[in-house]
Amino acid sequence: MDKQINKTKIAVNQLSFFYGEKQALHEISIDIPEREVFALIGPSGCGKSTFLRTLNRLNDLIHKTKVIGTIEIDGQDIYNSDIDVVQLRTAVGMVFQKPNPFPSSIFDNVAYGPRAHGIKDKKELNKIVEKSLRQAALWDEVKDRLNEPGTSLSGGQQQRLCIARVMAVEPGIILMDEPTSALDPLATTKIEDLINELRKNYTIVIVTHNMEQAARVSDKTAFFLDGEVVEVGPTDELFTNPEKQETEDYITGKFG
Amino acid sequence: MSKVKRNQWIAFGLLSLATAFTIVILLAILFYVMSQGLEMISWEFLTENPRNMGAEGGIYPAILGTIYLVGMTLLIATPIGVGTAIYLNEYTREGPFKRTIRFTTEALAGIPSIVFGLFGFVFFVILLEPYTGGWSILSGSLTGVIMILPVIIRASEEALRNVPNALREGSLALGTTRWYTIKKTVLPVAFPGILSSIILSIGRVVGETAAFLLTLGGSLLLPRTIFDGSRTLSLHLYMVAMETGNMDMALGTGAVLIILVLIINFTAGFLFKRLVKRFS
Amino acid sequence: MFSKVNNNIEERIVKAILFILALTSVVALGLIGFFVFREGLPFMIDYGIGNFIFGREWAPLQQIYGIFPMIVGTVYVTILALIIGAPIGVAVAIFLSKIAPPKVARAIKPMIELLAGIPSVVYGLFGMIVIRALIRELSHGPLSDYLPANYQTGYSVLAGSIILAIMILPTIITLSADAINSVPSEYYEASVGLGASKWQSIYTVIVPAAKSGIVSSIILGMGRALGETMAIIMVAGNTVAIPELGWKGIFSPVRTLTGNVALEMGYAGPEHRQALFATGIILFIFIIILNSVTLAVVKKKED
Ligand SMILES: Nc1ncnc2c1ncn2[C@@H]1O[C@H](COP(=O)(O)OP(=O)(O)O)[C@@H](O)[C@H]1O
Ligand SMILES: [Mg+2]
Repeated sequence: MDKQINKTKIAVNQLSFFYGEKQALHEISIDIPEREVFALIGPSGCGKSTFLRTLNRLNDLIHKTKVIGTIEIDGQDIYNSDIDVVQLRTAVGMVFQKPNPFPSSIFDNVAYGPRAHGIKDKKELNKIVEKSLRQAALWDEVKDRLNEPGTSLSGGQQQRLCIARVMAVEPGIILMDEPTSALDPLATTKIEDLINELRKNYTIVIVTHNMEQAARVSDKTAFFLDGEVVEVGPTDELFTNPEKQETEDYITGKFG
Repeated sequence: MSKVKRNQWIAFGLLSLATAFTIVILLAILFYVMSQGLEMISWEFLTENPRNMGAEGGIYPAILGTIYLVGMTLLIATPIGVGTAIYLNEYTREGPFKRTIRFTTEALAGIPSIVFGLFGFVFFVILLEPYTGGWSILSGSLTGVIMILPVIIRASEEALRNVPNALREGSLALGTTRWYTIKKTVLPVAFPGILSSIILSIGRVVGETAAFLLTLGGSLLLPRTIFDGSRTLSLHLYMVAMETGNMDMALGTGAVLIILVLIINFTAGFLFKRLVKRFS
Repeated sequence: MFSKVNNNIEERIVKAILFILALTSVVALGLIGFFVFREGLPFMIDYGIGNFIFGREWAPLQQIYGIFPMIVGTVYVTILALIIGAPIGVAVAIFLSKIAPPKVARAIKPMIELLAGIPSVVYGLFGMIVIRALIRELSHGPLSDYLPANYQTGYSVLAGSIILAIMILPTIITLSADAINSVPSEYYEASVGLGASKWQSIYTVIVPAAKSGIVSSIILGMGRALGETMAIIMVAGNTVAIPELGWKGIFSPVRTLTGNVALEMGYAGPEHRQALFATGIILFIFIIILNSVTLAVVKKKED
């Protein structure tokens, strides 16, 4: 793989995270480059989702959580007190493990974000919805039934609808938390193809428990264990020639 | 038959008997009031003014009074109740404030309605007379609001709690504000549950009498504004039965009340079923 | 880039408004307590709390305000209502949650809800016409030789208790059924698995496990009975008198605390009115005691 060095988009420095008394992340430091796919792997419960949700401050919603350390996006500390989380989350989109379309039409699902940001013009909305659905490779399947409920789609289509929903607000970063774990293999392939398409314009951080998936889609990978980062590196190196024994044990299936 | 078997047989027999008895009582009340009351109901009964203190004529002013009172009460109580529920469920976490509100709603729910009447009487009818018109639909409504707040708050909170968190996160993660998320996603999903709580509280207002006895004034005239005194169907039934002794008129009013309650229960039940379907 | 912008203002205003709305019920409760006590308490102290509570005569025209007969009347009617209603209510709850086929239980549930939704004046009316007449058949008929004339009208403790018993059934049934249903079904299955009969298992395993829930449902029913006003006025006769001791007492007409307020507020002069507020305070205190008992029961269960 040719090593074109992209500049750092997200810089995580000495990040610790607590749920009440319980520490879920221990002094994590990672640099995530722009326009690449960055994978997080590790056994379940090791803190991957927690880490991902610190990047758009979604953990703020949980009672009694505490963050130590810094996360800088484009050089700006997102836990600084003068940061507006609404703006932050506009710039950092998120796709969840279980597809969670709103109980409204396909069109309204995609137009939800733009409308929230004040776009009312019907023509403009139409344009955004079409563009986003095309980007999410869903347009051809739904263009004739935009007024049907989003929940009437299949699981894989719902997940792509959720991706389209995120595209519509034009974030620079997309966080994906095991986006294919609830999908069948065919739908999974479609989402992976989509990720490969999106990497040109977006910085993507993806959590996956599926190592083949990490190998297929990501440029860099971080291996998490018990709330710590054991190893970070280019994906092909990490999988073929891990530095740490724990990493090797994990990728060879000795535990996890 | 063994002793154990026999005991079980007797016990089950008694339990079934108690259940049958309860149902028979319910049916007896419904059947009696409806069969006697329906004979009274006619177009004139529903649309004419009462004569002779309600011993003759129709019940039109009481129907109108009920509609006004229910309308006003809901108009005021719904935003307060639903707003409280939103604040509790969406904006606060477990803590002293939440506990205080919970204690308050429980305490309010346990207060006998005559005590609400006493309060409504000194506060709304006497103290605030220049603003409420004394005994009036407004005084009655404000008293009614306090009575139904616990019902609306609790049921709305329940409805909000049932909204999956994934939807909130999905919306907030798109960079929307909390209020936008509530307005566009949480409330629409919780709507049927909230609506059924509101409909149930209509039943509470329609069925209440003691509190309105002390705040509505019981006027038999047609109310023209919310500052006029009035009476509800329940109050009318009570006054006719106790003061005129004309039981037929009272039974006619009772039949109208029962029909109303049936409609209310049926509608609330229907909404509740839709709600359950949505989440299963 | 992510710095704070002014659209937070809307968010803050909304939050402030919702906070104020949430305070409404607290303020309302405070006002209720304040005004009821302000109207009633000074009078009670002036008149003498002992004289007020234990005074046996109520004659507002002569400035005599003793509510002991009303307290006795309230307690009498409430307890008799529980004696009639609680066993039936608990029995129905057991039947619905453990014995009836689910289909039957589902059909009966809306009927119980309907029972809860019928306005109290309709119960009062039914009681006034039907139940009172039935009691009168008895008190004015075969028992007339034993009863004083004013015990023969049918307006009586018994009529009041029967009506209240019916009215508290839905509360007791619904809440007891909830308590019974929340007992883990493994308990029951384990008991049946050990060879106990269905009834033995219900009686020795389920009911004891649900006991605190059942007791608090009965106490809540009691609160409802205590606070009921209209239905009781319509059937109890409302005479201010302490019923005779013994069985004859149940045919005596009585007045309850709630009835006292509702019947006289309409035409009360200033001092009389204060006495009625003081009556309200006594009622308040009864309810607070009941609620504390419920809390204690629930707490005991949690420990
Ligand atoms: N809301 C929460 N409150 C308390 N502990 C939590 C919460 N969410 C996750 N945890 C804990 O934090 C640790 C990391 O969880 P998570 O980030 O979900 O792991 P992963 O996504 O890698 O499976 C786990 O031990 C989990 O139990
Ligand atoms: Mg996870």
